[in-house]
Amino acid sequence: MSDISSRGYSNADKLVSTEWVAAHLSDDNVRIIESNEDPLLYPSGHIPGAVEVDWVKDLNDPLRRDYLGKSGFESLAGRIGITPDTTVVFYGDKSNWWATYALWVFELFNHSNAKIMDGGRLKWVEEGRELTREAPSISPSSYSAPERDDSQIRAFRDGVLSHTQADGQLVDVRSPAEFSGEKLHMEGYPQEGAVRGGHIPGASNVPWSRAANEDGTFKNAAELRAIYQEEIGLNPAEPTIAYCRIGERSSHTWFVLTNLLGFGDVRNYDGSWTEWGNSVGLPIEK
Amino acid sequence: MANYPPKLQEFLDDFEFITSREERVDFLIALADEFQPVPEAVASKPYDEANRVIGCESEAFVWAIDRSDGSVDFYFDVLNPQGLSAMAMSAILDQSCSGAPIEQVAAIDGEVVFTFFGRDISMGKGRGLAEIINAVVYQARRRLSQN
Repeated sequence: MSDISSRGYSNADKLVSTEWVAAHLSDDNVRIIESNEDPLLYPSGHIPGAVEVDWVKDLNDPLRRDYLGKSGFESLAGRIGITPDTTVVFYGDKSNWWATYALWVFELFNHSNAKIMDGGRLKWVEEGRELTREAPSISPSSYSAPERDDSQIRAFRDGVLSHTQADGQLVDVRSPAEFSGEKLHMEGYPQEGAVRGGHIPGASNVPWSRAANEDGTFKNAAELRAIYQEEIGLNPAEPTIAYCRIGERSSHTWFVLTNLLGFGDVRNYDGSWTEWGNSVGLPIEK
Repeated sequence: MANYPPKLQEFLDDFEFITSREERVDFLIALADEFQPVPEAVASKPYDEANRVIGCESEAFVWAIDRSDGSVDFYFDVLNPQGLSAMAMSAILDQSCSGAPIEQVAAIDGEVVFTFFGRDISMGKGRGLAEIINAVVYQARRRLSQN
């Protein structure tokens, strides 16, 4: 894959290479964070000095369907030893699917100095770079976070309803079978489905993984534009909402549209199909 | 208590005693390290889709080869090199179900996945791993129904 800077991204600064990470392992102003779907991966070996942020235990409220609040984020940030000035670099399995999800949550707290390691864990491993099982020695920090801001990059049910009634741009990043209603859930996730199959009216379907190459790196800007702008006709100047099943896959697409293609107003609807497909009174299309 | 293959019951008893996440994770990683992919004499890539575990995101495959004594040898592969949990689950099943009486294998409840991986595993991950168990159980039940 070519250098990140030559791929035509609108904000190439949001991506770093494995080489960049390897060169910053001892940089006190950089915190490397692994975020995976498989809970065994980080403890089995991680980038030296990297900490783990678990999407279930660290990012979600344990008692309500929501993300952690201000105090929870401050505790998390303190545990992983970052301050608002720290550059955080996320990486993980499944083409950085969970890494972009974690980054999106960090940005809800305005920690915008956050980047993704292109290619994620798989690329690091396949390049034969060092992994360790040694727990990093982290000095806890004090982090004063703002209240979580859900108004800029997060969408809620009523907002999505208004958006779709106004013929706003929607991208459904689930599989074609989920989009059509043939399946009520993603393969392997049968309990996280919905009582109805289909999609939100007006949505276009682009499975999230089309934005990634086989090695987990992101496609270049021209390839991404061909998918999102030419193929399904999204206008970067218009507000766009991305959704999937619970908002994790769509955070990957949110990252692509916002940071790699420069769309000005993209929101991730984390209620997604598990909320919309189960809600009373909401319209669907098949 | 269900009448499971003795080695599987041994694993379950060991995991029941685990109280810390770290200990559980270490145990599972050690099992994943013991994972042996299906030998070429049994299957070679590209694998027959009939052997794919439907619903496992880590692309697990299962084969069942009959022994002369009526029991079955189970073989596994996990194509996702990052599918460590699937490898650990496959190693447990390989070590505990191959050669065990098929009546005992057929009795295994997929919910045992939570004894191994804990209740805090995501639903999706838990179900995907349970499908590996279900694939083994299906093979045992199919043989029982033919007897």
